[in-house]
Amino acid sequence: MRRFILIFVPYVWLIALFLIPFAMVLKIALSDIAISIPPYVPQFDWAEGIRAFLAQLDLENFTWLTQDDLYWKAYLSSLRIAVIATTFTLLIGYPIAYAMARAPTEWRPTLMMLIILPFWTSFLIRVYAWMGILSNEGILNQFLMWTGLISDPLVILNTNTAVYIGIVYTYLPFMILPIYSALERLDASLIEAAEDLGCSRFSAFWLVTIPLSKTGIIAGSFLVFIPTLGEFVIPSLLGGSDTLMIGKVLWEEFFSNRDWPVASAVAVILLLLLVVPIVLFQRNQQKQQEAEQ
Amino acid sequence: MTRMSWFNTVSLTLGFAFLYIPIVILVIYSFNESKLVTVWAGFSTKWYGELLRNDAFLNAAWVTIKVAVASSTFATVLGTMAAYVMVRGGRFFGRTLFSGMIYAPLVMPEVITGLSLLLLFIGIGLDRGVLTIILAHTTFSMCYVSVVVSSRLVTFDRSIEEAALDLGCTPSEAFRLVTLPIIAPAVISGWLLAFTLSLDDLVIASFTSGPAATTLPIKIFSAVRLGVSPEINALSTIMIAIVATGVITTSLISKRQVIRQRREEQEAERS
Repeated sequence: MRRFILIFVPYVWLIALFLIPFAMVLKIALSDIAISIPPYVPQFDWAEGIRAFLAQLDLENFTWLTQDDLYWKAYLSSLRIAVIATTFTLLIGYPIAYAMARAPTEWRPTLMMLIILPFWTSFLIRVYAWMGILSNEGILNQFLMWTGLISDPLVILNTNTAVYIGIVYTYLPFMILPIYSALERLDASLIEAAEDLGCSRFSAFWLVTIPLSKTGIIAGSFLVFIPTLGEFVIPSLLGGSDTLMIGKVLWEEFFSNRDWPVASAVAVILLLLLVVPIVLFQRNQQKQQEAEQ
Repeated sequence: MTRMSWFNTVSLTLGFAFLYIPIVILVIYSFNESKLVTVWAGFSTKWYGELLRNDAFLNAAWVTIKVAVASSTFATVLGTMAAYVMVRGGRFFGRTLFSGMIYAPLVMPEVITGLSLLLLFIGIGLDRGVLTIILAHTTFSMCYVSVVVSSRLVTFDRSIEEAALDLGCTPSEAFRLVTLPIIAPAVISGWLLAFTLSLDDLVIASFTSGPAATTLPIKIFSAVRLGVSPEINALSTIMIAIVATGVITTSLISKRQVIRQRREEQEAERS
């Protein structure tokens, strides 16, 4: 009986508040828009049964999504932004993780905490902090003009560059931590052996360190890539009106256009887009676990 | 290996500068006299005063704290139960579905979670307000709690629990007197994680809140959309100070506990 309650309560909770809502997104994605509250005509009535459902099934919203090139552009541009931002995060995060793993042992817990600390502070505040830095009269432009490097302020805020900076900044800990834990386990004598056998420092790094930290690199990249794809806060605060990302499009369809069926269809497609990276990530984690055992 | 190379020192310095300079600048400008955030006009704490007189922000802060305390507590109870089921539950009907539902919200984009919950609340005719935000936050943060707690349960030595049962404990006594104290650090960090997730959440709260209930992130977001304002800097500084104090205190406490535990273990071995 006790065991039953233990399983039953969280199970029912998740079905009611995760699975069913999700099914409703699917259902509304297949509905027509209507000017009412709620603003959609449900396309599916349980009483009518599955056959009726299939008969009146309507992929109109999805066809519409493929016809309007705004959505195509939003998908492609989200993918592009996520790939570029993940690459930058990797290039910046790897040296930091490497230096942490090479730091004296007694420093490491403190360094770890310094990496994690910003992660606990509000995401919104960390994105906001960059608004004051990147704006035309912001600190960065003031500094650059003071040094004489530029004479006119650079326009950074409300461009894709600002979005990249925001993503790298907020997701950097997600990249550093898995790479750090892979590098910390790395046996230093392997690199010494490679160097003794005639490798230059660089080729020892390239041929030994990088391959041995591969699982960390892959895990970190997915941890940045997956949430970036559906990101809303960063593009809407730091990006411009031409910054297209699916998360932002979904938000605007929902809150500004009040087109719930299209918003739901966008959600379904965003999810389909995420399935591949999530499966790949899962496989990488499993491989890592097997390697550890 | 004890001395840092030149390259490593530089990358650590630059890395931490990149992580902390924006926050430091934000804090410095919260003490700026001028309304213009980018022009320094002397030290002043007037924006903190303005903030304390701003009822809208204070109300939002109060709603946020209520939601965070309630949802993280529910999430901790449900998440610990779920973790227990996952690690100890053995086989039961729909186990794969269950673990899928635990892990899926971790990778689900917030916009989708928010949208789906909103559709549910409208579908069942529940008025959007504090209650719906609590339900939404409990659902996504219980998954984080269960991941944290189950990672502790996996490494847990089961024979201690069995010993308690052999010595005459009832199962619930064994859980209360043996299992719970051992997994307590994980349960507490799960609660803290759920609490900060709730405090921080903008997207899911925006979807699930009604006009009656506005949380602090929603308030901050709508203010910030119009541009930078020193009042928001002051508010951010207060929030950063609270979080930093909390994180540093808990990590110091847990560090001291680890040291004490290690010393006790050593003494036990010696005697």
